[in-house]
Amino acid sequence: MSGVDTVQRSRRNAELALLLLALAVAVGANAMTGLHNGTSFEGDFWLQTILLTVASLAVHIVLRFRSKYADPLILPLVVTLNGLGLAMIHRLDTAQTEYGNAQVRWTLLGMALAAAVIWFLRDHRFLRRYTYISLIVSAVLLVMPLVPGLTAGEINGAQVWIRLGPATFQPGEVAKITLAVFFAGYLSTNRDLILLAGRRLGPLQLPRFRDLGPMLAAWLVSIGVLVFQRDLGSSILFFGLFMVMIYVATSRVSWVLIGLTLVAVGGFVAGRIFPHVASRLDSWLNAFSDEVFGRDPGGSYQIVQGLFGMANGGLLGTGLGEGRPDLVPFPHSDMIIAAFGEELGLVGLFAIVLCYGLLITRGFRAALGARDSFGKLLACGLSAAMGLQCFVVIGGVTRLIPLTGLTTPFLAAGGSSLLANWIIVALLLVISNAARRPVDTTPWRPDEAPGHAPTSSTPTAKGRGQRKAIEETRTEAVRIK
Amino acid sequence: MNELTLTALRLGFLLLLWLLVFSVVGAMRRDLAIGRRNRTGAPSAREIRRNPELAEPPARQQARQLIVVEGPLAGTTMHLADSPILLGRAQEATLVLEDDYASGRHARLFPQGSRWFIEDLGSTNGTYLSDRQLTRAQPVDLGVPIRIGKTVIELRP
Repeated sequence: MSGVDTVQRSRRNAELALLLLALAVAVGANAMTGLHNGTSFEGDFWLQTILLTVASLAVHIVLRFRSKYADPLILPLVVTLNGLGLAMIHRLDTAQTEYGNAQVRWTLLGMALAAAVIWFLRDHRFLRRYTYISLIVSAVLLVMPLVPGLTAGEINGAQVWIRLGPATFQPGEVAKITLAVFFAGYLSTNRDLILLAGRRLGPLQLPRFRDLGPMLAAWLVSIGVLVFQRDLGSSILFFGLFMVMIYVATSRVSWVLIGLTLVAVGGFVAGRIFPHVASRLDSWLNAFSDEVFGRDPGGSYQIVQGLFGMANGGLLGTGLGEGRPDLVPFPHSDMIIAAFGEELGLVGLFAIVLCYGLLITRGFRAALGARDSFGKLLACGLSAAMGLQCFVVIGGVTRLIPLTGLTTPFLAAGGSSLLANWIIVALLLVISNAARRPVDTTPWRPDEAPGHAPTSSTPTAKGRGQRKAIEETRTEAVRIK
Repeated sequence: MNELTLTALRLGFLLLLWLLVFSVVGAMRRDLAIGRRNRTGAPSAREIRRNPELAEPPARQQARQLIVVEGPLAGTTMHLADSPILLGRAQEATLVLEDDYASGRHARLFPQGSRWFIEDLGSTNGTYLSDRQLTRAQPVDLGVPIRIGKTVIELRP
């Protein structure tokens, strides 16, 4: 967790230029989908184009006003991915389905939420006060889909949705954020303790048993999600998030080894006990055997169709709108990567994967630049979660690892995932603003009352009140400037 | 629309996508200048020749060392180079304070121009520069006490 100095320039104009390029890609993709039969500019094309353009420019303007020094590359990359997803979902809509317009609505809501977070959250350290509250919130969010009356029941084999009026919502997506806030707050406070205590065993420094508590708790939560909600993907995501954050906080390999042991034990037992995990493993390893391919439910039909689709696309793809990604089950959500592989080919898919890679490196860059350890850990955890999610989904679709039901961030249809990911992006932007902002070195103003230096015996007594006072003067200073 | 235009547009779209990726990478390049001195740093000799008013008043004495005056580490001295100094209880800090009232990453002393500045890093108990709590980075003059928990630090020539 070292500090890195940054060249301090706001670079909002670079962001605007890249944002226009990103919008060109998004709108171009949308127009391309109807080109082969001349329906490019029909239907909702103009409405979607205008809404997407206006909303992204609005987020850009909010950044100009509120987070002048935020990272200039995050927003264009996210708009590219979101726009490509919109185009593909729009293209996959048949006469019966309306996923495209729903996705546009969720995108607008997501951008509005991101703008609100950037506008109201002036300092990310504010979230640190809610460390334990966010733990409780995460627990509530994770339990919600199991509560009768709230739950939307089992959809596609997993019980992760709740019913909110006419819509369904996946609270687990938001739990990702609150868990990252909790881990960041907990680890930045207790890091020294976890780091120093413990016995040495050869090259490894083993943690004390009571410091293992949160890790065991994270493991139990992940197992609980797996057992009760039958959601393998989220379970991997939550545990991976915790492992990444504790490794980044302590840089001790022993934690990673303990975590991997727990994953191995959990995975092995789950593969033996739970039929849905076993069938996932089977349709990964023996995807091309006749028996597994034809089995319903739990066969490998979806994966194999996706692979055939990508093979059909080849190097340069069939062109947007000219392939048949609709032959794959769930082409707009789980398998949207396969749809892109088919229509944009390997060359296009690589560009998309690179966009994710660049986005994640920007998140880590914000973490490197952040001056406080809470911000470092939060930015690191959020971007690692996004990276892990991409790896699990794209790895699953390309049969590198078993396919699990996670959503591809920003691309796949799904409102909860879009909202959660836009909030993550907003948090990364706020942290990168704090990291890149020049240090305020203006001298004391005459009206600033001298602080009350504590007598050396009781510095902690007024800790909380003083901290609040500092924050107030800090916002005031910004306002006057 | 004929086949040729369609193929051209298809490849053109892939090119556009990659153009975006490369522009982003190009924009990132500037950020790679990690650790380069800030633009607000000391003016170079050439800049001073062109604009004489940029030259710093020379008389001020430079801080050369940091000394712990009070607290568990009292008596410790440290040579000041050109790099920032992290103060705190964490092992990675430049000056590791064995002080129960200090945070892991408590404060940062950094050179800018010819002066040293101190900045609080969001510590729990705050940093005090001659009995005023820091709300932002402040220049530290020679012999002015910086209080972190029970520790008091001064800069000396």
